[in-house]
Amino acid sequence: MQQLIFGVLTLSSFGFFAFNLRKIAQNIHMGLPLDRSDRKADRWRTMLLVALGQKKMFTRPIPALLHLAIYASFVITQIELIEILVDGFSGSHRFFQDSLGGFYTFMISFIEVLSVLAFIATIAFLARRNMLKLPRLTMKELAGWPKQDANLILVFELILISFIFTMNGADEVLQSYAGNSNGFAISSWLGPILFEGKSTQTLHILEQIGWWGHIAMVYTFMNYLPYSKHLHIFMAFPNTYFSKLEPKGQFTNMQSVTNEVKLMLDPNADPYAAPATDAAPSRFGAKDVNDLTWKNLMDAYSCTECGRCTSACPANTTGKLLSPRKIMMDTRDRMVELGDFKRKNGPDAEDGKSLLGSYITEEELWACTSCNACVQECPVNIDPLSIIMDLRRFLVMEESKVPTELTGMLTNIENNGAPWQFAPTERMNWANEE
Amino acid sequence: MSIQVRTMADMMASGESPDILFWVGCAGSFDDRAKKITKALVKILNHCKVNFAVLGTEESCTGDPAKRAGNEFTFQMQALMNIELLNGYEVKKIVTACPHCFNTLKNEYPELGGTYEVIHHTQLIQDLINTGKLTLADNGTFKGKKITFHDPCYLGRANDVYEAPRELIVKLDAALVEMKRCKTNGLCCGAGGAQMFKEAEKGNKEINVERTEDALQTSANIIATGCPFCNTMMTDGVKHFEKEEDVRVMDIAELIANAADL
Repeated sequence: MQQLIFGVLTLSSFGFFAFNLRKIAQNIHMGLPLDRSDRKADRWRTMLLVALGQKKMFTRPIPALLHLAIYASFVITQIELIEILVDGFSGSHRFFQDSLGGFYTFMISFIEVLSVLAFIATIAFLARRNMLKLPRLTMKELAGWPKQDANLILVFELILISFIFTMNGADEVLQSYAGNSNGFAISSWLGPILFEGKSTQTLHILEQIGWWGHIAMVYTFMNYLPYSKHLHIFMAFPNTYFSKLEPKGQFTNMQSVTNEVKLMLDPNADPYAAPATDAAPSRFGAKDVNDLTWKNLMDAYSCTECGRCTSACPANTTGKLLSPRKIMMDTRDRMVELGDFKRKNGPDAEDGKSLLGSYITEEELWACTSCNACVQECPVNIDPLSIIMDLRRFLVMEESKVPTELTGMLTNIENNGAPWQFAPTERMNWANEE
Repeated sequence: MSIQVRTMADMMASGESPDILFWVGCAGSFDDRAKKITKALVKILNHCKVNFAVLGTEESCTGDPAKRAGNEFTFQMQALMNIELLNGYEVKKIVTACPHCFNTLKNEYPELGGTYEVIHHTQLIQDLINTGKLTLADNGTFKGKKITFHDPCYLGRANDVYEAPRELIVKLDAALVEMKRCKTNGLCCGAGGAQMFKEAEKGNKEINVERTEDALQTSANIIATGCPFCNTMMTDGVKHFEKEEDVRVMDIAELIANAADL
């Protein structure tokens, strides 16, 4: 009976998770194509260093160490999950304990130590978020759901770890009644403190509560991820693999514009020639999420709202409206909204909203200095600047919405080849001035 | 010392070709403050007998501010015209004192058909010193002075050039003092992304004031930069704090030209 319940629970959890992953993949595929299949060795290296090695986290050592404790414990605990699955399906108890012997004791002890560190780190993170009021974690874009989301994940982690120690602790005391010990690093002393003197029956129930509670939390957590910023634990890997590898200062070349400009500059071009069918995009720049590339959209799903980008942004730190984190959150929220809408109403349906306008304002976009501080800071190589630039391109090239002073600058470049009003003939005057 | 500059057209007419093109840039050509940087660099090039040329009146904006402002049309018009000119003169190597021109020429022209070896002037000067072509006079110009370097975004983060300007400051026999935000963490001066040509959006502080505070905190006598726009922004910032008497904003090329008695 228990095995049946476990089987149904497991299958439905993975089924629902797969269903949501498919939605995420569909949403990312709303983006425009972009080739990131080159330089595979560099890509693997970037992923290993930045995602697995957490290289960029360590520019801020204290949160990096706390984060590392949670990250390491999460990754290593997955090994124990294999045993939980085997025990759950077969009805065995600690399937690998006898066959692995000392190594088993070592592995579980290792997991226990990491779990304690993760527990401490989680408490520290909760305190930092709710008591220390770190500026980047209390900004207005985090009001409401994002703040709840962050706290909820941390509470999930505390519950999860508590179940592990309930299970191992009760098991340890049960063993001690028979004159044995599992010998795990933490539960061999924590178990007796918590449960010494309890009846065998109570301990069995406690152990079952720990075991079922643990697996229930794992499945809850897994299925919560697609609705949460915490999805970064998976997305960090593909997202860093597909990082932009060109110099940060290199902005994308718009091939559609190149075609038109070449036509304008080429005296032999036939202006009435039929345009190549795949050449012209529907619009210049981006108005909505489906004008962005799939990598921009993957970036949005990878963001865990840590706000390092925003805390480094010169515009934001001087009180301007722009926040690179908000750009990423807006992109994600709009993508999910549009994805759901299109799944419901068909791929060509329009909901009358757009990323630019309904979520992001012109004032935010015009505050950007394109300094790349946000790109530099992001621990998972998200590129908010490329979204800002594509939205600017739409404003300027499709809607002619340019700040007045910039219109002057652009006219000057077009008329006299300099952003200021100087005649090209004066360009060499400096050489003769004293 | 008077400066000697020849144009590409002039050289071409006499059947010569330069080893390197000096891309002066719009700021270096028209802005009164930046023109001094241009001349300082030319003095260094003259002194080291570098065979260089400029485009003179044929030079035109790289298109950088247009591209950052979102106008890809204007950018590409400029880029394609410049590339035609540069390729016509068979230019192979370019030096520029403007990180914005540097970034655009180096990274954004190749896709449009213009591939050149592009270096920033701090890299060229470093090379001149390392190869013994330029020696700094032992005149103690900067002895005991504190110099801080403000990283231009388009030189630093955008292109990972952090060391060349710093090594030059160290050679000046001056103390290099770092701001709390430097190198990859350097704070923008506020001019990038076409902000130079518009008023800042509404906020509670100007970015250049914020950045100048960083610089003043180091109690440096000189704020060194490698970008004409950073120079303007930092100079304005120093004026904002009424510190013109105590703190000067100078380009690396000017520091080196002074130290070499040029």
